[in-house]
Amino acid sequence: MRNLGWTILLAIGAVLSLLAAGFAQDVLFQTHAWVVFFALALGTIFVLRKVDFAGNAAPVDKSGYFDDPIRAGVILTTFWGVVGFLVGVVVALQLAFPQLNIEPYLNFGRLRPLHTSAVIFAFGGTALITSSFYVVQRTTSARLLSDGLAQFVFWGYQLFILMAASGYVLGITQGREYAEPEWYVDIWITIVWVGYLILFLGTLFKRKEPHIYVANWFYLAFIFTIAMLHVVNNLAMPVSPFSMKSYSAFAGVQDALTQWWYGHNAVGFFLTAGFLGMMYYFMPKQAERPVYSYRLSIIHFWSLIFMYIWAGPHHLHYTALPDWAQTLGMVFSVMLWMPSWGGMINGLMTLSGAWDKLRTDPIIRMMVIAVAFYGMSTFEGPMMSIKAVNGLSHYTDWTIGHVHSGALGWVGMISFGMVYFLVPRLWGRERLYSLRMVNWHFWLATLGIVVYAAVMWVSGITQGLMWREYDAEGFLVYSFAETVAALKPYFILRAVGGAMYLVGGLVMAYNVYMTIKGKTRNEKPIAVAHVATAQPAE
Amino acid sequence: MDYNAFRHFADSWGLLYLLVIFVGVILFLMRPGAKKHAEMAAQIPLKDDRSPQGEE
Repeated sequence: MRNLGWTILLAIGAVLSLLAAGFAQDVLFQTHAWVVFFALALGTIFVLRKVDFAGNAAPVDKSGYFDDPIRAGVILTTFWGVVGFLVGVVVALQLAFPQLNIEPYLNFGRLRPLHTSAVIFAFGGTALITSSFYVVQRTTSARLLSDGLAQFVFWGYQLFILMAASGYVLGITQGREYAEPEWYVDIWITIVWVGYLILFLGTLFKRKEPHIYVANWFYLAFIFTIAMLHVVNNLAMPVSPFSMKSYSAFAGVQDALTQWWYGHNAVGFFLTAGFLGMMYYFMPKQAERPVYSYRLSIIHFWSLIFMYIWAGPHHLHYTALPDWAQTLGMVFSVMLWMPSWGGMINGLMTLSGAWDKLRTDPIIRMMVIAVAFYGMSTFEGPMMSIKAVNGLSHYTDWTIGHVHSGALGWVGMISFGMVYFLVPRLWGRERLYSLRMVNWHFWLATLGIVVYAAVMWVSGITQGLMWREYDAEGFLVYSFAETVAALKPYFILRAVGGAMYLVGGLVMAYNVYMTIKGKTRNEKPIAVAHVATAQPAE
Repeated sequence: MDYNAFRHFADSWGLLYLLVIFVGVILFLMRPGAKKHAEMAAQIPLKDDRSPQGEE
């Protein structure tokens, strides 16, 4: 009987979390266990209603691709995107107007990790899992290894998001940046991730296409490296099997380096390698031409893999970390500039001979701006990793501006392109509800990023210069509170930039919703060629 | 193995090991015939993507 196994598994999970709530040593663990219990109990009821007790349903047709989790993934990517951007705008406003901190659950300290995890892991992670399921099937010409495992990985990851998000609001954190969830959530995501690795490798093993397309290399590097980083960074000892508190296996500067080895490679292998996999599939697809140089893409891959892993120490310049390690981090960060730009050029040049598509196709425009932002932030990053520059930029808003030009510009835009590409195909629609709304989304998001990044440059450099200003007697000129007061206008403008990006996300959500409903908007087609003899794009 | 031995191993033999693999990969990519193979590989996403059978 189909789905019966799932119902039983979910029910067992619900009972176990109920037991965890009962045996809990502290209130936070207990509350968290209740959250998981209700999620799993609702899941049990939902799946139970789908069990075919009579046993007369037709057998599942396994000849095609397995797209169920991909459809759910596209919807959830859009949903988590909007949620993540919204929380971002809220925390930006909290910085500008401290009265908006609603204690204890919704103050800045709890909402900030909620924002970072919502955009990186909920929005970005769901986009990566979804697109990797799609890409690996299409480029290997094989169905996913196992339908059940795919559903487990997808929904198990969503449960991780729920646990992480509810934990932050409750105040459960192990205080490691981008790795805030406590030990039991870490164990859960490890189980899910091993399933993901098996699913991906298994699908590659049963491929019908002899060559493994380069996008899959990037996805595999992302899955494999994140597993390694996550396990090492989260080595910790819980105080009790029924307590939320744990202590890290590392201490002092070793702890700091482990954290930033993890943190920077989360950028390198989650936000870069994974999304490059997306770029190497969806850009050629949307442009309807092969990648500019396949061999360059392979050099891009290996250089990125060999270099990124060493760059982490640049987060710890002028700290207790040994000087040679700081220099190592700096040198590898600067060297990373080359593979990054090789990849950027490869992505952009894929359009060579078809640049007119930039005028007629807002989806390709979105992908191109993503790659342009990839190039820009991978130039800015190495520059900021140089010790002298870092002395000015570190701990200031410049860093936050840099992160956002990479995250909003590169990760966000390439994911939007992926969503717009997939929605009509997955639901068998002729086209999107509205291409003009894609164009609106493009401009809202692009201008939002420009406002955000420019404001953060000014604010960061102001901050950095004010912090280091000292007078003739060697005293610091400004108190910390004075530097904060000087930044207020920039904080407000930053929220404006973020709000524009959020509105763009809402426009996308509406467009996706209407496309799935099967509607098409009655609108003028986008810019037809000026020259009468020009060929249409398609 | 203490810290120093570990470190010296890493920045000599370890470094050499990684460098040889990396240079090997680049040389392998430049071998005769690689270009044709790469051009075929680049076409993979552009094949029909509606069913697992593809257009073989």
